[in-house]
Amino acid sequence: MPEVDVRLERVTKRFGEVVAVDDLSLDIAEGEFFSLLGPSGCGKTTTLRMIGGFEDPTMGTVYLGGRDVTDLPPYRRDVNTVFQSYALFPHLNVFENVAFGLRRRKVPKDEIATRVREAMRLVDLEGFEERRPAQMSGGQQQRVALARALVNRPKVLLLDEPLGALDLKLRKQMQLELKRIQQEVGITFIYVTHDQEEAMTMSNRIAVMRHGRIEQLGEPEAVYENPATEFVAGFLGASNLLEGEVKETNGSGLATVLLTAGPSVRLPVDRLPAGATGRVKVGVRPEKVSIAPEGEAGPADRNTVTGRVTMSTYIGVSHQFKVQTAGGAELTVYVQNLGAERSPAQGESVVLTWKPEHTFAVEPQEDLTSEEDEG
Amino acid sequence: MSAVATAAPPPVERVRRRRWTSFILPVFTGAMIFYLASPVFLMVLYGFNDLAGERQVARFTCCTLVWWRQMFELPDLNRALRTSLTVAFPSAIAATALGTFIGLVLGRYRFSGRAVLNFVIFLAIAIPEIVLGSALLSMYVQVNEMRPFGATVPLGYTSILLSHISFSIAFVAITVRARVQGLDRTLENAAQDLFATPAVAFWRVTLPLILPGVVAGFLLAFVLSLDDFVITNFVNGQTDTFPTWVFGTSKIGVPPQVNVWGTVLFLAGVLTAGVSLAQAYRRRTGRAA
Repeated sequence: MPEVDVRLERVTKRFGEVVAVDDLSLDIAEGEFFSLLGPSGCGKTTTLRMIGGFEDPTMGTVYLGGRDVTDLPPYRRDVNTVFQSYALFPHLNVFENVAFGLRRRKVPKDEIATRVREAMRLVDLEGFEERRPAQMSGGQQQRVALARALVNRPKVLLLDEPLGALDLKLRKQMQLELKRIQQEVGITFIYVTHDQEEAMTMSNRIAVMRHGRIEQLGEPEAVYENPATEFVAGFLGASNLLEGEVKETNGSGLATVLLTAGPSVRLPVDRLPAGATGRVKVGVRPEKVSIAPEGEAGPADRNTVTGRVTMSTYIGVSHQFKVQTAGGAELTVYVQNLGAERSPAQGESVVLTWKPEHTFAVEPQEDLTSEEDEG
Repeated sequence: MSAVATAAPPPVERVRRRRWTSFILPVFTGAMIFYLASPVFLMVLYGFNDLAGERQVARFTCCTLVWWRQMFELPDLNRALRTSLTVAFPSAIAATALGTFIGLVLGRYRFSGRAVLNFVIFLAIAIPEIVLGSALLSMYVQVNEMRPFGATVPLGYTSILLSHISFSIAFVAITVRARVQGLDRTLENAAQDLFATPAVAFWRVTLPLILPGVVAGFLLAFVLSLDDFVITNFVNGQTDTFPTWVFGTSKIGVPPQVNVWGTVLFLAGVLTAGVSLAQAYRRRTGRAA
């Protein structure tokens, strides 16, 4: 395990009555690409700003490289930030923007020139030194902001939704670019975003935040395949959640859950929330579900529910179906467009099957509806 | 599709008729310019009036440069001009320094008393000069009477300077405030993030960005001081500034040199405006300043 680079220890931030960050503890390893993911108002930006020194924690301690920096102002911390709005200095040209941090640190002139050139090459902007920020496109400004931060070779780079203002195509391109740059410079990146796909594309680990707390922390795959809470299941990708009750946990490592809306399904025991015995929500990702015409019974070891197609959408790479089960629940199914099969039509009765090990279960959370559209 | 297009008749050419309403704006603009500029034009013209006496008359006789050659020939006028300039510069500088701080504070921070300060600034602009002038005079008289901590404000240069600073501050403050409010606060965050202490961030980022507002405030304060008659006339004692002196002579007839000096001041204003326009144009087109 590499050394811990950033540590938050029981950090709380209150703004008046509002608790933005609630008793949060976090270890981020050196060289890690770490994402704070969550809807707006979940406390992710406040967390980032506390690491950068722009907010003082109400309680708790912030460590950078093992040193308590809680009381240090931003200009005394060895971190740099890429701001959401880029915050390039409009009165300075690109060279002076990038050189700003080095000049403040009294780096010798020729070294400044070398390092700025290096940084400009890293973000693929050589030859733009004399331009003003206003003369550049959003994507280029974004790169300048990145160069301006990286040129200082900070211990940690903080990125506050840096791709938020870019269009989709450029955003995808910059995601890969950021990942490449991070691997090239080996600096710890802490990345704030509300875009789950962005977080999964780039991160080594993701902390999914809600109400100032971390709901789940783990590698993208773990968080996606086995969400710990209903919120995480809903926030990362689409998921089908069906209410049910845990019936038995047999010796073979599989538990059986009787769905409120119909049959029972099985899932690995270790996928059950710790200590869950009663009501749970059983989930399966849409792309894990197979769809077949009724009567074509699947293998007996798969979870099976029957239903009727209420909507069939052609998306190009896939077909997307909404299926209403006999018990009234609705499931979404993605089928990759391989061009071979006949796809079920609207109104057709179908059988949905999936593997028990693709099933997860979470405890029902009552307070989810109000915030679903916030992010 | 293309085959159909080639077969179809060519599109109808539309002739745009010029309606009479499209002349309203140019005509109105021309009339406004004439209305605003004609007194200035007359002032310039009368600086070349070839008249027999030493006082301006209404009839214009073309043309002489004698008043331009003799522009420094009236000692009282020279003294008044010198007083005006030696008041305008320091008062504009002091008002700019103080007003900039107030503008920064008002544009930036929420604090108790902010509304009051905003209101006082508004009052300072809205209050009739005649009221302010008489109030300042009675204050100076009171101070000279009571001598708090031994301080006095002799009526003359000192009282004029103090008065001009006090009424200029508000104008600088609102000019700077507008600029500060348009300022992106994350720029200062970014500066601090890049190891600038708050003081360095102010000098390197905040000040350059609000500088157009500060300069505009300075010029405004300078012109207001140069131009002020009402307040100055209350507090000036025996000292004359350019406006009070001109007003004094107007009772017996203004010497033509006044038109000459008016022209000079006007040209200085035009020059300043031109420079600032060029600056703004350069900034917009992004050439290095």
